[in-house]
Amino acid sequence: MSADAVPPKIVVDGVAKSFATDQGSLRVLDDISLTVGDGEIVAIVGPSGCGKSTLMNIICGFDRPDRGTVRVDGVEQMKPSSRGILISQNGSVFPWLTVQQNLMFGLTGNDRDEKKRLADHYAEMVGLKGFETRYPHELSGGMIKRVELARALVVKPEILYMDEPFSALDALLHLRMRTELLRILEKERHTVVLITHDVEEAIHVADRVIVLSIRPTTIKATFEVPFAQPRKLASAAMQELRMAVLRELGVETYSN
Amino acid sequence: MGSPALARDGLVERDYMIALKRALPPIAVLALIIAAWWITVVATHSVVFPTPWQVVTGATELIRDGTLFQHIGASLFRVGVGFGLAVIVAIPLGLWMGWVHGAYVTLNPLFQMLRPISPIAWIPIAILWFGVGDVSPIFLIFISSVFPMVVQTITGVHTIEKRYLRAAANFGVSRVTLFKQVVIPATFPQMIVGMRIGLGVAWLVVVAAEMIALHSGLGYLILDSRNAGNRYDLVVAGMIIIGLIGLLLDGLMRLLESLKVVRWRYVR
Repeated sequence: MSADAVPPKIVVDGVAKSFATDQGSLRVLDDISLTVGDGEIVAIVGPSGCGKSTLMNIICGFDRPDRGTVRVDGVEQMKPSSRGILISQNGSVFPWLTVQQNLMFGLTGNDRDEKKRLADHYAEMVGLKGFETRYPHELSGGMIKRVELARALVVKPEILYMDEPFSALDALLHLRMRTELLRILEKERHTVVLITHDVEEAIHVADRVIVLSIRPTTIKATFEVPFAQPRKLASAAMQELRMAVLRELGVETYSN
Repeated sequence: MGSPALARDGLVERDYMIALKRALPPIAVLALIIAAWWITVVATHSVVFPTPWQVVTGATELIRDGTLFQHIGASLFRVGVGFGLAVIVAIPLGLWMGWVHGAYVTLNPLFQMLRPISPIAWIPIAILWFGVGDVSPIFLIFISSVFPMVVQTITGVHTIEKRYLRAAANFGVSRVTLFKQVVIPATFPQMIVGMRIGLGVAWLVVVAAEMIALHSGLGYLILDSRNAGNRYDLVVAGMIIIGLIGLLLDGLMRLLESLKVVRWRYVR
């Protein structure tokens, strides 16, 4: 098996999507093509309202494109599956289940003890040890995010789809969760598609950053992030990259 | 949100004072009404309408000879059976109609038409079908409490947030898991609302039904007391007991709201 023969994990090919509105058809996505390698972390950034979430819904199979295809491992993505779990901004931790029940939700099989063991293992990994029997309304926003992350990880998905996963958190918690995510990805490598409007988050986490244009959305630029983790956000090279991405997003900064 | 357990310990005494302060105005109003009632009866020299004290003595008389508890028992039994059957039918039916669009479209118009018919209007049909035993009031209670519970359960299913259904779809869980762990628990709070409404209506209806054609129950007590010698002290005693038991039943239903699996609906 030669390394260069490995086909990409996700292939998005010529995807377009419009929505019907009162003013007629609204073109949201216009011919988007991209690939994500196996184990690669790709961030997709774009201005608000550019159709990032629409693209994400199509990539993970919740929505179908008008034109084009999404293939995962060469198979067309027709509906969502547990091989790729979506973590979205609003979160979907079930408020009527305890932390442990939430973590066990996606596990199949009849071995209850094994399911419990797995749930507890991941609860510990995200720092929820001791909170297994709590209900989400007894937890803070940051801890609920951890539950969501652990619930996704426990089913051992090949792909994590993250749609602005931490943007509902305050800045400090956001940064802490991001570091946490990097620590986990260090331990368990997943293919990650991260959608964000936060350029710093994108270059901190991703191997590659794809910049989208405003509607109708196309890919404007792609940046490789050639730095090993842990990355120094304050380093000159990282700052330069950040400026370059921001420039593509139409934000002029005062550097240089 | 803070720590509720810690807060509770420190605040017990203050909570107690707050509760006392809150209870004072309604108690004052009650005392005023009783006083006004008493004064009016004495002032008008009414021979038929009882004073509050006569109501108390009338009630003790019923307690002493044990008939009061027989009446209460009979009414509660009918409500228990009728309401219980209604729960057993309404919740699965509501879940099914809420989940399966075709079932909703087909059956909802019929239910919407049956719902506004007062349970009292069913009395002649109940007597025709079931005679004047226990079955008629049970049927009436069933009819009156089943619709609100079906409707609330449907609403519960229809208002499940999409993000939870999407998460379930994402994990690709079985239909059984989907229902057991998402659809049913997500609907619990609305089911409880339906049960509160249903039990409230059931209690209203049992008294009305017992007034028509039976020989026991609180409704019968009231009508019989009037017919057998204008015992209005017992009529009023019966009314007050009905009110108190109704309050108690609603309190029991409200206890369901404090269950941990539904707490999420009431916080934030």
